[in-house]
Amino acid sequence: MNKKKLLATPYLFWSVMFIIIPLCMIFYYGFTDKTGAFTLENITAIASAEHFKALWLSILLSLISTVICLLLAYPLAMILANMNVNQNSFIVVIFILPMWMNFLLRTLAWQTLLEKTGVINNILSFLHLPTLNIINTPYAIVLGMVYNFLPFMVLPLYNALVKIDKNVINAAKDLGANPVQTFTKITFPLSLPGVISGITMVFVPALTTFVISTLLGGSKVLLIGNVIEQEFTQTGNWYLGSGLSIVLMIFIIISMILSAIFDKDREGALL
Amino acid sequence: MKKRKLLALTLAVSITAATLLSGCGSSSSGGENGQVVVYNWGEYIDPEAIAMFEEETGIEVIYDEFETNEMMYPKVEAGATQYDVVCPSDYMIQKMIDNDLLMQLDFSKLPNATEHIGEQYWEQSRQFDTDNMYSVPYCWGTVGILYNKTMVDEPVTSWSILWDEKYKDNILMQDSVRDAFMVALKLNGNSMNTTNEAELEAAKEALIEQKPLVQAYVIDQVRDKMIGGEAAIGVIYSGEAIYTQRENPDLEYVIPEEGTNIWIDSWVIPKNAQNAENAHKFIDFMCRPDIALMNFEYITYSTPNVTAQSMIEDDDIRNSSIAFPDLSQYTNLETYSYLGEEGDALYNALWKEVKSY
Repeated sequence: MNKKKLLATPYLFWSVMFIIIPLCMIFYYGFTDKTGAFTLENITAIASAEHFKALWLSILLSLISTVICLLLAYPLAMILANMNVNQNSFIVVIFILPMWMNFLLRTLAWQTLLEKTGVINNILSFLHLPTLNIINTPYAIVLGMVYNFLPFMVLPLYNALVKIDKNVINAAKDLGANPVQTFTKITFPLSLPGVISGITMVFVPALTTFVISTLLGGSKVLLIGNVIEQEFTQTGNWYLGSGLSIVLMIFIIISMILSAIFDKDREGALL
Repeated sequence: MKKRKLLALTLAVSITAATLLSGCGSSSSGGENGQVVVYNWGEYIDPEAIAMFEEETGIEVIYDEFETNEMMYPKVEAGATQYDVVCPSDYMIQKMIDNDLLMQLDFSKLPNATEHIGEQYWEQSRQFDTDNMYSVPYCWGTVGILYNKTMVDEPVTSWSILWDEKYKDNILMQDSVRDAFMVALKLNGNSMNTTNEAELEAAKEALIEQKPLVQAYVIDQVRDKMIGGEAAIGVIYSGEAIYTQRENPDLEYVIPEEGTNIWIDSWVIPKNAQNAENAHKFIDFMCRPDIALMNFEYITYSTPNVTAQSMIEDDDIRNSSIAFPDLSQYTNLETYSYLGEEGDALYNALWKEVKSY
């Protein structure tokens, strides 16, 4: 028992230093003002028109991205799960490969691709096709979110699907279920833990991002992540930045509780 | 599954923490130890000049960059990284002096600065550094409109072209609060240092009205986007004009008739600098005419070093009206001044309204 405790100290130290203390600092700043007095102003600031709009837009865009990710990732994960091991590990590697490159670099690459005089539009105009003008709009941001976070959806789905016992599916077929019924009654319900954790893994980073909206939105679309970032890096108002972070944390916790409720008797819950 | 998930979770946490850590990795530097920690604007120095400084003095330069004055200030104020030399602009220097963040310079250690920096630039510096005690001018310039002659066929004389529907999605604005408001305030005929709420409200309305026409709010990217023909009109610092024209001859720089901002970026030493001695050496080295000339040719921002200016070989550039405009012909140039905490807060709040609109 003692030995075990000893082994745990680095982790304990780690979590205190890099999780507990920073969280406490955020809460301290979030609930105080410049004079150090207690205030709720930084929290209620979310109700102001600019902040609320940014939050609403963030939620909307990350919801859309999550749905698109799910729709794109599910068929892919099913294909992967049905392949034999050699083939699918190759495809998984191909899929993960871009993630080895830096996230910023990949997003910046999209900027170059989507620009008015960018690669995609050059090809389109060469083919005399209408050009694509989505750079610096919310569409480009959704595209960036989907592109960057898709692997986070594919992997949990794949993990869940590959574990489904083939015999269960065969049994359904034996008992006369058509492919659609097999999917809705067997495959999908059994993959639900993967769906839930995939949704959380995409929704949470999409909700908090500020890089994607800056690079692909041309700083014209202000998400809640941008507001918080600017409070820290430019305005220097750590109190407001922390307060808004706390509000954002509440939204993340809500989304996690929702997934836990949908997933209560399965093992995939994150909480 | 559970175990794997835990592993994934710890991995995710540790990666985040690692990024956080590396973010503030360059923080420790104690004592006068053969180092100088420099915090400068992005792409604002010839890397060769740094190498030469290191070679000649044996002092190691740790170099860090920022994109706007507003991003620089919190980092210097927080003091997590103890910079030895910083290069803010006029109004920000005033703010730093007001907040007691700067060290008085020892000009006996800066012979090149006193000898080669033109008197008019010291004079100009007194607007924010009353007794010339805290700052040594490094670069100066104006803010103006850069336009692409192939995309704009009318004469550009006024800020109002940035509100012209014709150029929808072809306009680049500066993503920094003072520069953006400067444009709108000047358009309305107000001072760029106003704290009058009605004037600022009108400027905000103008910026909101302009927003649908703007392609993007960018800072350093204006340069590359204009060179690449991505936009027709951009708000840019004069120093970028020569460089962009060199890369794309279709580009033209103008100072609008309503007037504009004239700025100076100057070297300062923060009060908490660990290597003040080396910092003085670094600043003086940058004022050496050959180094100032090297930097000018590399970054193409106007140098206040008059000796260096006279050494520029290309006549067109030495007498360029963009790099070294005859200031007497402009009557309505203004330098930003620090507006105090309340003024800053007002500008920031209005800017946030524009950005979130």
